[in-house]
Amino acid sequence: MDAADIALDPLVRVRDLRVTFRLDKHTSFEAVKGISFDIPKNSTIALVGESGSGKSVTALAILGLLPPENTIIDPTSQVLFGGRNIVGMSAAELRALRGAEISMIFQEPMTSLNPVFTVGFQLEEVLRLHMGLRGDAARKRSIALLAEVGIPEPERSVDKFPSQMSGGQQQRVMIAMAIACEPKLLIADEPTTALDVTIQKQILDLIAALQKKHQMSVLFITHDLAVVGEIADRVVVMRHGEIREQGTAKQVFENPRDTYTKALLKCRPQIDRRPARLPIIDDFMTGDGEGPQDIPDRARGLNAGDKVVLEVKNLGKSFFSREGIFGKREFKAVKDVSFTLAKGKTLGLVGESGSGKTTVGLTLMRLHEATTGEALFEGRDILAMSPKEFMQYKRRIQIIFQNPYASLNPRFIVGQILTEPMQIHGIGASTQERTELAFELLHKVGLPEVSFYKYPHEFSGGQRQRIAIARCLTLKPDILICDESVSALDVSVQAQVLNLLQDLQAEYALSYIFISHDLAVVKYISDQVMVMNEGEIVEIANSDEIYRNPREPYTKRLLASIPKGWHPGQVRA
Amino acid sequence: MPNDVALKSAAPPREIAHSVSPGLWTLAWRRLKTDSVAMVSLAIVTAFILLMIVSSLGLVAKDWAKEVGVNYAPPSWITLGAADAPTPAPVPSDASEPAPTGPTPGSAFNSTVVDPLADVIAELKGGRKPDTGAGAEENKVVDPLADVMKDIRSDQAGAKAAPVADERRATLPFGGDKWGRDIIAKTIKGSETSIFVGLAAALVAVFIGTVLGAFAGYYGRWVDDVLNWFYSVFSSIPYLLLILAVAAVLQQKGTFTIVLILGLTGWSGVFRLIRAEYLKHKGREYVMAADALGASHSRKMFLHIFPNVSHVVLVQLSILTVGFIKAEVILSFLGFGVPVDVVSWGSMLNEAQNELILGKWWQLVAATIAMATLVTAFSLFTDALRDALDPKLKGRTGH
Repeated sequence: MDAADIALDPLVRVRDLRVTFRLDKHTSFEAVKGISFDIPKNSTIALVGESGSGKSVTALAILGLLPPENTIIDPTSQVLFGGRNIVGMSAAELRALRGAEISMIFQEPMTSLNPVFTVGFQLEEVLRLHMGLRGDAARKRSIALLAEVGIPEPERSVDKFPSQMSGGQQQRVMIAMAIACEPKLLIADEPTTALDVTIQKQILDLIAALQKKHQMSVLFITHDLAVVGEIADRVVVMRHGEIREQGTAKQVFENPRDTYTKALLKCRPQIDRRPARLPIIDDFMTGDGEGPQDIPDRARGLNAGDKVVLEVKNLGKSFFSREGIFGKREFKAVKDVSFTLAKGKTLGLVGESGSGKTTVGLTLMRLHEATTGEALFEGRDILAMSPKEFMQYKRRIQIIFQNPYASLNPRFIVGQILTEPMQIHGIGASTQERTELAFELLHKVGLPEVSFYKYPHEFSGGQRQRIAIARCLTLKPDILICDESVSALDVSVQAQVLNLLQDLQAEYALSYIFISHDLAVVKYISDQVMVMNEGEIVEIANSDEIYRNPREPYTKRLLASIPKGWHPGQVRA
Repeated sequence: MPNDVALKSAAPPREIAHSVSPGLWTLAWRRLKTDSVAMVSLAIVTAFILLMIVSSLGLVAKDWAKEVGVNYAPPSWITLGAADAPTPAPVPSDASEPAPTGPTPGSAFNSTVVDPLADVIAELKGGRKPDTGAGAEENKVVDPLADVMKDIRSDQAGAKAAPVADERRATLPFGGDKWGRDIIAKTIKGSETSIFVGLAAALVAVFIGTVLGAFAGYYGRWVDDVLNWFYSVFSSIPYLLLILAVAAVLQQKGTFTIVLILGLTGWSGVFRLIRAEYLKHKGREYVMAADALGASHSRKMFLHIFPNVSHVVLVQLSILTVGFIKAEVILSFLGFGVPVDVVSWGSMLNEAQNELILGKWWQLVAATIAMATLVTAFSLFTDALRDALDPKLKGRTGH
C-alpha cells in the first residue's frame, strides 16, 4: 500500500485532538495537545511513546471511553470514524460502535477477563449483544473463534475458566472477543507487554495474520519500538501529548527526522552492540540532535583469573501446597542450580515467567529458605547460618526489586529510607554522620540533595529506582541482585539506570546477579548469562558466546523470539 | 531528567534549604479541606469533643444536678395555650404541703396548687379536653399517679423536714426533668459521659484488634491459627449475652465498666481487617526490602507496616466511636449502663420513656438532638476521611 492510497479515504481521521484532565477545582493537565493523524483502511498503525506521552489517552478518546466527569475534550477536536465524529456522540451511539466496529484488547489479559465465567460464556455474550447470535449458533461461532486464534482443543477450551489458561492463551481469548464481530478497527493497547518473549512473538504473529485475513485496521499502542518494527505499516511517535514524528515504518526506522525518535531508537540496548555507555534522550535533545557518536564498545565476559565471590552448589527450593487433608504436594521451583559469581562481574539470569529465576535471587537473600544446596560466600555457607550469624552477611548481599513504586515505604521520607539500614547495621557513628553519608549517596546516584526531605511519591519511576539503588549502597554490599530492576521503566529511563549500574560496578567492584526476561538488556549488561527453564539451568556461558552460538534448543528458541525491530529490506504486504 | 547533570556538578551544601514535603497525611488533609461536608462535620465533632473536655474539667454544667426549676419545668420558649398553665412562682423545694389525695375532681384546686403532679394532671387534662371533655376521663388520668405522688412525698418528708426556701424557676431554657434539673446542663453532662465512653471504648477495641491483628497477619502459621480460633469462639457468642457476661464478671456499674465491656467485645471487626491488611502488606516489596536490609520483626511490624495501615485504624476508630456511642445509649437504656448518679444520653432516654407518657417530651428531644447531631456528623466525617485517605476508593467520579 502506498502513500497516495492511504491519504485517499482513511478509516479514522483524527484532527486536532485535545484532551484535558481536571485534577481538582483549579488545576488541570493537558494530556493530548492537538494531535492529528489518520488510520488508513487495512493497515497497522503503531502509536509509540513512553509513559505520559498520551498514547493511551488518544486510544481511549477514539473509543469514547474517557470518563466524562473529569476529562474535557476540546469541542473543536474531531475523531471521524467513517465520516461520523465520535467526539460528542451519545452514549447509546458509542455503545453500538464499540464492540461492533471498534474493539480493543488490553495489556493485562488476567484482569480483562471475568474470572467467574467460562471463556465460552464471555465470548457468547459479545456475540449475543452485537450479532444477535444465541444458543448453538453462538457456541459454534465461539469455538470457531477460539480455533482461529490458535487455542488448542477449542471444543474443550470453550468451557474453561480464565484461570485454567495460561497468560498467552488468555490474551488469545481477548483477541477472539475483540474480533468476534468483525470490527473495522482493532485497538491493541500494549497487548504483549505483560507476556513472555516467546508468547509475545506468537501474539504479534497472530495479530498480523488476523489483520490481513479480516482486512481490518489495527492501532497498535506500545512503548517498544522493537515490537513496532515487526508489524507496523505506519508509525506515530508521541511525547508529552504531542506527535513528534509520523510516517511509514521504513521512513521512521531508516531515516528518522525527529531527534526524539532518533534517541528512542538508540537508547535501547541493541543485541549486536555493547556501547560503554548507553545514549540517553538528553544527549539528543541538547546539542546538534545527533547524539553521541562513536561510543567505544565495552568488553564483557569472564577472564581466567577472576576472583569468585559467591559459589552456589546444588541450590534447590520447593514449595508445598496442601492436597487433600494430610497430603502435601511438592512444587520444585528451583532444581539443582549451581553457578559461580566473579568479583566485579555481572551474571545475567534469563528465563520466562515460572522459570525460577526470581526464586534463585530471593533464596540467596534468604528471603526464601532454601530446601537444598549451599551458597559459599568467603568460604562459608550463608544458607546454613543461624539468622543471627547471617546478619553480618546480610548487608553484603542486597537486592533491588522490580517495581520502584512498591519497594519504597510510602510513609518514609527518602532520608529515613537511606539512614534506616545504616542504623540497623550500625554504620556511621551518629545521625549526623549517617545523614552526610545519605547526602553523598544521593549525589552518587544523581539525585539532588533536597530529595532527602521528600517522600517517594514525589519522584518518577526512574528516580525511585535510583533511591532503591542508593539504599542498597548504604550497606556497601559486595553483591547486588537486580530482580527485573529496569523492566518497569521507560526505555530512556532504563538506559540511565543501566548506565548508573555500570558506573557503580566500576567504582565499587560490585558483583551483580541481573535477573530479567529482557534478553537485549541482559546481553548488554552481563559478562556471563545463565538461561533457566522450569527451575533448571539450561545453559550457562559468556554472554557474547551464548548469543552468538546458543547450544541448547531452548536457548535458540528464546533468542529467536527477540523482536528484531526494523531491518532493511523487510517486506510488508 | 534534564537537570541531572547540572545537579551532579553542584557542590553539595551541608545545610540544605528545603521546603517541607507534604506527607500522605498532609495530602489527605488537603483533600479533606476541599470537602465542605467533611469540614462542617469535623467542626461539629470538634465542638462536641471540646464540650466534653470543658465539661469534664467542670467549667460548664458542673452543677447540673442542682434542682433549679420546678419539676418538669417546661421550656421557656413554649407558650402554654391552656388556661390552667402553671403560674410562675417561687415554691418550696419539698412537697410537704397537702396535695390532692385520691381522685379529686376539683379542677380549680388543681390549678392553684403547685405540685409536680399537679402540672402533670393539668397538662394531661389540657391535652384530653378537646378530645373528650368528660369528667370520668380525668379520674382515669389522676388515679395511677396518686401512688407515685405518695411515694415521693413520703421520701422527701423523711429526708428533709425543714423546708429550704429555694428560688425555683417555673420555666427553663429547654425545660427541666422530674427533679427540675436544667435539661441543657444535663444534656451537656450526658454528652460528656457518652462521648467519653464512645471514644475510650473505641480506643480499647482498636488497640486490642490492631495488636492481635498485626500479630496474626504478620506471623501467620500457628499464631494466626490460635488467634483465629480465639476470634471465632468470641464471635460465636451472641453480642448482648457477651456484654452481660462481661458485666457480670466485672461486678460493678460504672463508666469505666462500660468502656471495658464495649472495648473487650468490640475488637473482633478491627482484628479481621488489620489481620487482612498485614497479610497483604507482609508480601509487599517494601517489607521484603526491609527484610533484606536486616530489619527486625518488630521494626517491620510497627515501623514499616503500621504507618501504611494506620489509615484503616483511624477509620475503624471513628466507625467504632459512633457504634459505641449508640451501644452505650442502648445499654444505659436497658439498664446495664451507667450507674444512677451518672447521666448519659442513654439514661436520659431511659427516663424519657416514662416522661413521654406524661407529655414531657423535652428531655427526649434534647438527648436525641445531641446524639443524632454528633453521630451523623461523625459518620459523615468518617466517610470523608476514608475518601481522603484513599482517593482511589472514590473512583473517578468528580463532583
